[in-house]
Amino acid sequence: MTGMPAPEPSRGWSADSLPWLLAGLMGVSTLALVAGPGWSSLPARVLLLLGFIALAAHLLRGKGRQFFNGPVAYLAAGSLLLLVVLALFASEIAPQNPYDLRQLDIMDGRLPPGSTTFDGAMTYRLGTDEQGRDILSGILYGLRVSLSVAIVATLVAMAIGIVVGIYAAWAGGRTEAILMRLVDLQLSFPSILVALMLMAAFGRGLDKVVIALIIVQWAYYARTVRGTALSEARKEYIDAARGLGLPVRRIIFRHLLPNCIPPLLVISTVQIANTIVLESSLSFLGVGVPITRPSLGLLIANGYDYMLSGQYWMSMYPGVALLAIVASINLVGDRLRDTLNPRLRR
Amino acid sequence: MPDGAMQKPLVSVRGLKMHFPIYAGVLRRRVGEVKAVDGVSFDIREGETLGLVGESGCGKSTCGRAILRLYDLTEGSVKIDGTEIGQAGPETLRKMRPTMQMVFQDPQASLNPRMTLAAIIGEPLDEHTSLTRTEKRERVYELMDAVGLNRDFANRYPHEFSGGQRQRIGIARALALNPKFIVCDEPIAALDVSIQAQVVNLLEDLQDKLGLTYLFISHDLSMVRHIADRVAVMYLGKMVELAPRDGLYGEPRHPYTRALLSAVPEPDPRIEAEIKHIILKGDVPSPANPPKGCNFCTRCPEVMDICRRVDPEFREVAPGHYTACHLYPETSTKTAGQTAASEAAQSIQQGD
Repeated sequence: MTGMPAPEPSRGWSADSLPWLLAGLMGVSTLALVAGPGWSSLPARVLLLLGFIALAAHLLRGKGRQFFNGPVAYLAAGSLLLLVVLALFASEIAPQNPYDLRQLDIMDGRLPPGSTTFDGAMTYRLGTDEQGRDILSGILYGLRVSLSVAIVATLVAMAIGIVVGIYAAWAGGRTEAILMRLVDLQLSFPSILVALMLMAAFGRGLDKVVIALIIVQWAYYARTVRGTALSEARKEYIDAARGLGLPVRRIIFRHLLPNCIPPLLVISTVQIANTIVLESSLSFLGVGVPITRPSLGLLIANGYDYMLSGQYWMSMYPGVALLAIVASINLVGDRLRDTLNPRLRR
Repeated sequence: MPDGAMQKPLVSVRGLKMHFPIYAGVLRRRVGEVKAVDGVSFDIREGETLGLVGESGCGKSTCGRAILRLYDLTEGSVKIDGTEIGQAGPETLRKMRPTMQMVFQDPQASLNPRMTLAAIIGEPLDEHTSLTRTEKRERVYELMDAVGLNRDFANRYPHEFSGGQRQRIGIARALALNPKFIVCDEPIAALDVSIQAQVVNLLEDLQDKLGLTYLFISHDLSMVRHIADRVAVMYLGKMVELAPRDGLYGEPRHPYTRALLSAVPEPDPRIEAEIKHIILKGDVPSPANPPKGCNFCTRCPEVMDICRRVDPEFREVAPGHYTACHLYPETSTKTAGQTAASEAAQSIQQGD
């Protein structure tokens, strides 16, 4: 016991309250943004960004070097941070508010990248669409819509999945069988098809897109959580907790749940990218977000008609932005999985 | 053994059965059951260590866990410190938890990886006592001292420790509520040989200091010989022999015990060369479908006709020495003082 190394930053997840605090912080600011004062509240957005960075730092504490193992990791993390900042502060950064009709000029429609307004006050760096809206501004605002829809849908789907998965794993028997067959049924339909049908029934709208995305995704988490919970529940520390006479509630919340969540966090990062793609597909097909709140997918759809006439910028730049956000989330998610998965580490 | 017979039992197990159902098919119909523990009766006296040995899968771990009610028993009664817990409800059970604790086999898996050492050892205190924060910290430190863990380690996580240290954490957790009875489920099987002795010595020291009673489950016969006062041998869910340590190792009665003991390696090659190893043929039958008659009849080197028909009774063949084998017919053992254990064992046999 003499040769113990000096205290190092502890690795792995602790049961302390920090992650919950962070989650709460982000939840409150998300709620404020979604339901409350909306995007106009700057403090809420700053808080959300800080929460995002703190969560990343918490996940990676003591493992920074492992995560940043090469230029790709730096590039992906950097571009993800950049895109998140751009989306959060779109209203401050964008040269034009594409939602504000007073700022638009129909005469500036379909201008190629680099054109200026008639009075030369503003340059359309990525061109304009047929309504005279700045593509760059549209992308920034669209990024915000895409990201917020995807993140909210993923978080809620994950929460539902955790509840269902843990309940199924703990209850076992018939309850588990019924719940899991339901999950199988849900997963056997292509998610885009289910989402299309749901959107056809609901009609357009941000909230409806989020609901449709939750419905097609919760089952994925439920299955994953159940699997993890089953393997964790078989471990001796759960027996030990039962042997100590702890109530079921405490065993689940203090022992089972904290050990099921880390693998889920990793999955959810990659899943956010999938959700963005799914939402973009729905919007592209015209059943997603409302035209007044275009996401990246809707922007691509808007410019699609002009692709063959050589006015590529309306579709291509939103497409590049979509590619960038999805690729950086996927790369960061992959690095996170490699860094945090204990099975790959030992 | 002249001593102990008068001592009152702390734990008494009667006709313990633990059957696990097997479900199969699309409709998950119950098609049978694994008879992991199939009618086991014994007493553990206050302050003694009962060693429980047997090969893998014979039900010894299940037996230990069933006694602590980590499972819902199929049948049978378990009395600990005068309280019947075999079929007790959750509230009675919760009250009894501090009295009976367990040390697990895998020190890695038995500790929650997301909790610090202090949180792990302190958790039973949170649940069963109302200590203040300072009192709790003192108690945790006290327990860490008792098992030989440095107090500076309190805020570390289990993965930062070696196997032996982790097992000490597990022992400290088990001791937190001042238990009387501890089931040690192969506590040393996952440890290095060099660490095994340390942990066993720690368990012995704690027993002397705190007057603990152990059920020491192991497949390491030499270690059991070292630590146990009495030894029980299990085979395929049943107890085949129960005797004071010296009686069992000196004069094993049951053919299975003899085979088991002959397999213990002897360090001296000259003696080793002379030892006649009893090699058992065949495999252990499935506990889902045990043989008719004596469970050991399929592999017994001294099998007789009766063994395939009648399940032998678990009876006293010498003072304090019980075995379930037809080689020792009833007539030679009908002594005056039949103890409670053998009576109960008989009643179970009749009940079958």
